[in-house]
Amino acid sequence: MTNDNSVLSVHNLKKWFPVRLGFFQSLIKGEKLFVKAVDGISFDLMKGEIFGLVGESGSGKTTTGRTVLKLIEPTSGKIIFKGKDITNLSPKEMRPLRKKMQIIFQDPYESLNPKMLVGDIIGEPLRIQSAGHPSEIEEKVLKILEEVDLVPPEEFYYRYPHELSGGQRQRVAVARAFVVDPEFVVADEPVSMLDVSIRASVLKLMLELVRERSVSFLYITHDLALARHFCDRIAVMYLGKMMEQASSDELVKNPLHPYTEALLQAVPVPDPTSRRIKVVIKGEIPSAINPPSGCRFHTRCPKYLGDICKQKEPPLVEVGKGHFVACHLYDE
Amino acid sequence: MLDPMLNIKDLTVYYKILRGYVKAVEGVNLQLKKGETLGLAGESGCGKTTMALTIMRLLPPNGRIVRGKILFDGKNIVELPEDEVRKEIRWKKIAIVFQGAMNALNPVYNIGEQIVEAIRYHEPNVDKNEALERAKKLLELVGIDPSRVKNYPHEFSGGMRQRAMIAMALACNPKLLIADEPGTALDVIVQAQVLKLLVELKQKLDLSLILITHDLSIISETCEKAAIMYAGKLVESGSVYKIFKEPLHPYTQGLIAAFPDIHAPRAEIKSIEGQPPDLLNPPRGCRFHPRCQYAMDICKIKSPPYIEVEKDHFVACHLVKS
Repeated sequence: MTNDNSVLSVHNLKKWFPVRLGFFQSLIKGEKLFVKAVDGISFDLMKGEIFGLVGESGSGKTTTGRTVLKLIEPTSGKIIFKGKDITNLSPKEMRPLRKKMQIIFQDPYESLNPKMLVGDIIGEPLRIQSAGHPSEIEEKVLKILEEVDLVPPEEFYYRYPHELSGGQRQRVAVARAFVVDPEFVVADEPVSMLDVSIRASVLKLMLELVRERSVSFLYITHDLALARHFCDRIAVMYLGKMMEQASSDELVKNPLHPYTEALLQAVPVPDPTSRRIKVVIKGEIPSAINPPSGCRFHTRCPKYLGDICKQKEPPLVEVGKGHFVACHLYDE
Repeated sequence: MLDPMLNIKDLTVYYKILRGYVKAVEGVNLQLKKGETLGLAGESGCGKTTMALTIMRLLPPNGRIVRGKILFDGKNIVELPEDEVRKEIRWKKIAIVFQGAMNALNPVYNIGEQIVEAIRYHEPNVDKNEALERAKKLLELVGIDPSRVKNYPHEFSGGMRQRAMIAMALACNPKLLIADEPGTALDVIVQAQVLKLLVELKQKLDLSLILITHDLSIISETCEKAAIMYAGKLVESGSVYKIFKEPLHPYTQGLIAAFPDIHAPRAEIKSIEGQPPDLLNPPRGCRFHPRCQYAMDICKIKSPPYIEVEKDHFVACHLVKS
C-alpha cells in the first residue's frame, strides 16, 4: 500500500496499554494483560488529502491519532513521515519534525492554558521552534488570527481564553496548529463540543486552511454524517482494527462490511419522509482487553458465516479500486 | 376535538443569580395531545431542560416560575402545593429520564433498590417484595435480563444504564414521559437502540412522549411534532413534515441546513453566523435578530407574536403574516 506521494504511511501499527493488576492478582494470573487499543492497522495519507477515521468510543481512533504523532510510543509497527521512519525517534529527535505535524484537540475548554494570552498561546509553538525574532512571531500570530476570523486581531491577541466563546476558542486551537505551517495535522473530534449552529463555521475554516496549504489532514470523529461531507476518504475502525476503507462517496453508497452497514443504518437522518424501518444490531462494543477471536465483529454480526469468522481473522483486502474491506464475505 | 393532555400557556421561568435574572424561558405556549411524540430542539442554553424541569416542578431553588400555566389534564401544575405534586403528579402522571445516564444513577445502591425506592416513595402502600417484582418486570420491559436486578450501576454498560433509567421512569405507569437528551453520551448504534426502545414503549404502554435533544435528525426519526426553541423562546412548532420540509423561521431553516444528511451528495455544511445571546440581557425585539440575515427594523424593537399560520403550525417571525 505504500505510495510515493504519501505524506504519512502507517504499517501494521500496534499500541497495547498494559493493565495494572493488584499484587495478588498478578501472582495468580502470571501473565500480563493488555488493552489492545490499536491492533495492527495500516493506511496511507496523501498530500492535501482529508482522511477520516470513524468509529465508536473504544475503537482506537484517538490512540491512532496520538500514536502517529508520537505523542504516545507505538508498541510495534512502522510510522513513515515523508519517507523517514519516525517510529523509534526520541522526543528530542522528533522536535524539529514537530513543526511539520500538529494536532487540534477535542475540548477547547481544556486544551488552552487559561493563564496565557491568546497571542502567547498561538505564538508558543513558534517560540519553541525558535522561528525568529519576537516581533516576527507577533506578526505571524496577528496574521493567523486574521485568517481564522478572530478580528480585529490586535484585540484578540490580548484576550484570555475565558473571555472567548467555545467556537472562538476552537479557532484559537486551529490557529495554534496552523501557525507553524504544518504539512500534516491531526484533528481529534474538533467540533463535537460545539453547538450545531457554530460547528459548520469551524469546519469550513479548517477546510479552507487545509485546501489552501494542501495540508494532509487526519480527521478523527464518531460522526459518520459529518465525515461523509468533510472527508475525501474514510476508514472505519472497530476494536483496534480497520474494517473498511474507501472514498467517502463509495463508503456511503456501497458499504461492504456488515459493521459499516450497521453504522450507516444507525445514523439518524434529518428528513422525516425517509424514515426507514431499521435493523439495529444488538449489544455494545466488547472489551479491548480480551477481544473476540477471529473477526472482532463476529459476536454482533448480522451476517455471521459460522466457524470461519470465529477462528480466522479476515485480512484487509482491496475489493474495488481503493476500496478495502476486512470480512470473510469477500473471500476469494 | 379532544382537549390537549398538556397545555402550556405563556410559561416564563427566570433564574436569579448574583448579576440579575437569567431569562431562561419566556412566554412559551405549547400543546401536547394524548399519544403524541413531541421533539423539543434547540442549542445548549436555549431553555429546553428548564422547560422539562418546570413541567416536573423540579426547578432548583433559584429558579422561579414568573407567570404562565401548565395544564395537565385540566389541572394547573404551577399552582399545586409540592406535597400534592409529589403524591399525585410526579412519576405517577409525568416522569422524566434525566440527561446523562452515566451519572444519574446512584453508584452505591443496586439497580433494583433504586427502582424500588422510586416505586415506594410515590406509592407508599406497596410492600418491598411486590416492588422488587415490579422492578424485575420493568427491567424485562426495557430489554435487560431481570436476574441482573441486584447489579450495581458500574456493572452495566452505558446503554444498559440508559435503559435502567427508562425502566425507573416507567415505575409508576406515567402517562407522559419526558426524555432529556436520551441518546447524547451514547454511541450511534447504542443510541439507535435506545431510541427504538422509546418508540416501542410509547406504543406498547400508550404513552405521550416529549423528547428533548439538540440533534434535529433524532427528532425527524422519532417524533410527530417538533418545537424549536431559541434563547428561551419558542420560534416555531408544527408537524415534523412542516418543520423539516417547509420551515418558516430563519432560525429553523439555518438549524436544518446545519445538519448533514449522510445520504445526500457531498456538500458544504452551512452555519448560522454569530452565537446565541446571553440570557441575562437578551436582545430587544426578536431574540434572533442579531444573527438573522433577514432582520428588519421592526425586529430590533418589537418581539414577534407567536401565530398560527395554518392548522397546528406556529411561528414567531415578523416575516410571516397569518
